[in-house]
Amino acid sequence: MRRRRWELISESLVEGLIRLCGVSAIIFVFGIFYFVFREGSGLLWGGRFSVFQFLTSIEWYPTSQSHVRYGALGLIAGTLSVTLLAMAIAVPFGVGAAIYVSEFCSPRAKETLKIVIELLAAIPSVVWGFIGLTVMNSLIIKLFNAPIGLNVLNGGVILALMSVPIIVSIGEDALKAVPDSYREAALALGATRWQMVRRVLLPAAKNGLLAAALLGVGRAVGETMAVLMATGHSIRIPTSPLDPVRTLTATIAAELGETAVGSDHYQVLFIIGILLFSITFVVNLGADLIVRGIRGKA
Amino acid sequence: MRKKRASIRRRLTAPLLATSIALSGLIASGCDRESETNHTNGRAQIVIQNIGSDTMVNLAQAWAEEYATVEPEVSVEVSGGGTGTGVAALINGTADIANCSRQMEPGEIAKVNVADGQKPKENIVGYDALAIFAHKDNPLEEITIERLAAIYSEKGQARSWADLGVQVPGCQSGEMILVSRQSNSGTYHYFREAILGKGVDFKLGTLDLHGSKDVVELVSRTPCAIGYSGMGYATPEVKMLRVARKPGEAAFAPNVENTQTGAYPIARPLYMYTRGDQKDAVKKYLSWIQSEAGQAIVRATGYVPIVKDAGLRAAVEQGAKRP
Repeated sequence: MRRRRWELISESLVEGLIRLCGVSAIIFVFGIFYFVFREGSGLLWGGRFSVFQFLTSIEWYPTSQSHVRYGALGLIAGTLSVTLLAMAIAVPFGVGAAIYVSEFCSPRAKETLKIVIELLAAIPSVVWGFIGLTVMNSLIIKLFNAPIGLNVLNGGVILALMSVPIIVSIGEDALKAVPDSYREAALALGATRWQMVRRVLLPAAKNGLLAAALLGVGRAVGETMAVLMATGHSIRIPTSPLDPVRTLTATIAAELGETAVGSDHYQVLFIIGILLFSITFVVNLGADLIVRGIRGKA
Repeated sequence: MRKKRASIRRRLTAPLLATSIALSGLIASGCDRESETNHTNGRAQIVIQNIGSDTMVNLAQAWAEEYATVEPEVSVEVSGGGTGTGVAALINGTADIANCSRQMEPGEIAKVNVADGQKPKENIVGYDALAIFAHKDNPLEEITIERLAAIYSEKGQARSWADLGVQVPGCQSGEMILVSRQSNSGTYHYFREAILGKGVDFKLGTLDLHGSKDVVELVSRTPCAIGYSGMGYATPEVKMLRVARKPGEAAFAPNVENTQTGAYPIARPLYMYTRGDQKDAVKKYLSWIQSEAGQAIVRATGYVPIVKDAGLRAAVEQGAKRP
């Protein structure tokens, strides 16, 4: 009897603990959002700060002694250009790899490939940045006769390599979710394997693949260390892939250490944080809604 | 189904086990280290926290290592991050000594004053010649302060190597790549004030790197680049330009002699700031740094030792402040 009661107590204890773990994620996300917002909001509503200037001016002079200007357009352009290039490379590669892993390769090759791809995801971003700084820099100067090898191309390639694992693993899941009866039906109708992939699988897994790409975008937008090292950290609106740029994340990483807590510069960096948070939130929400769409149908 | 679950469990436990072993190892070794520092020869270990300038981090590390043989019971922990980081740590009280490659600003001094009740103490511990680096294939040999301002300042007109009348082999576009430092760097602040002038900003589009060494590293790999960094970071892969105060005047190479005589125009004192009340160990460490033995290390690591002659010293510091 006593034992039964103890079991009941421990049962409810464990249940409560697990519930707390589940809820904690939500608490953390809202906590972080609240914190970032609180740190930045003083300036945002203070009147000294112009959101219009922030979004439309390229002049970023946070420590100027004569005329402080907070224009983040160059940084936004930097983030967008690097992300776009990264996705232009990573999406075809990632989706291609996902199709190969899920449809074409032998089970043995599949295991090896998956392990290697996971390994790619495990490389720390500083290491990627270091590769960009040393190997890719010289390579790009030699190959393209560029004045500098730390640029959009360098950062884009590195970010692409970093987001491919995400795209592959989620893309593969999406392809796996397509029922085998689809494949069997296509093959029974005399389609080749490629025709089956193109006409049946891709349309059926479209949403999942889109979600994979969007999560890749989220990874690319939020990445800091590698782009800090590989893109040159130079404020400008790029006109070619060989121009160096500076991203939103890299700016926060490079400048937050110096700012006095509560100063204007500190708060502007948090406003950049709010901007980044909104971008990744929208991207992740989009991906999530799309994935939910698939589940609803399946 | 059951089989599958078992395999998943096996897959999960292996890395879990590995991490827990690694963690317990870490904890154990951490404990070992702590007990070691506490009980060496029965004497207490005194730790001095030394944070700040990236320019000085090599030097500070060399001092700390040498001092460990002089005073074994004092251990000096050095970390970089930039002058601004060091000043912030001094304000927060997490650093005993802040390394600064520029003078502390009145606002920063006031903040230490508020936190500590006293003004920080300033110690000059050596000098650094700020060298202008170019790729080793660059035919340019010397440059004037005026030209540097035209290259780096917001309103400056020089944009390509052709504007300086040189053609750099390996740099086909001729575009000048300006390498600079991140804005919490003391070197950045010093360069802005000494070269561009008070209140003038850098050109947009400079590459703002995060370390003195990175600047030299990047310039050595990039024929189109020009950059500035402490002379101690020079490597055989880059060229240091001679610098002249005005067009037509003689240009001087960054070296110990030219810095000590005040001939090299962009040299600056290196500072170590402490709080007003400091441990005896910190006082002793600073006086050792300023002694013969400490200054020998300054020279050995590629910086410039303090000048002994008071008149000359004032001249150097004046020159450093007002090129």
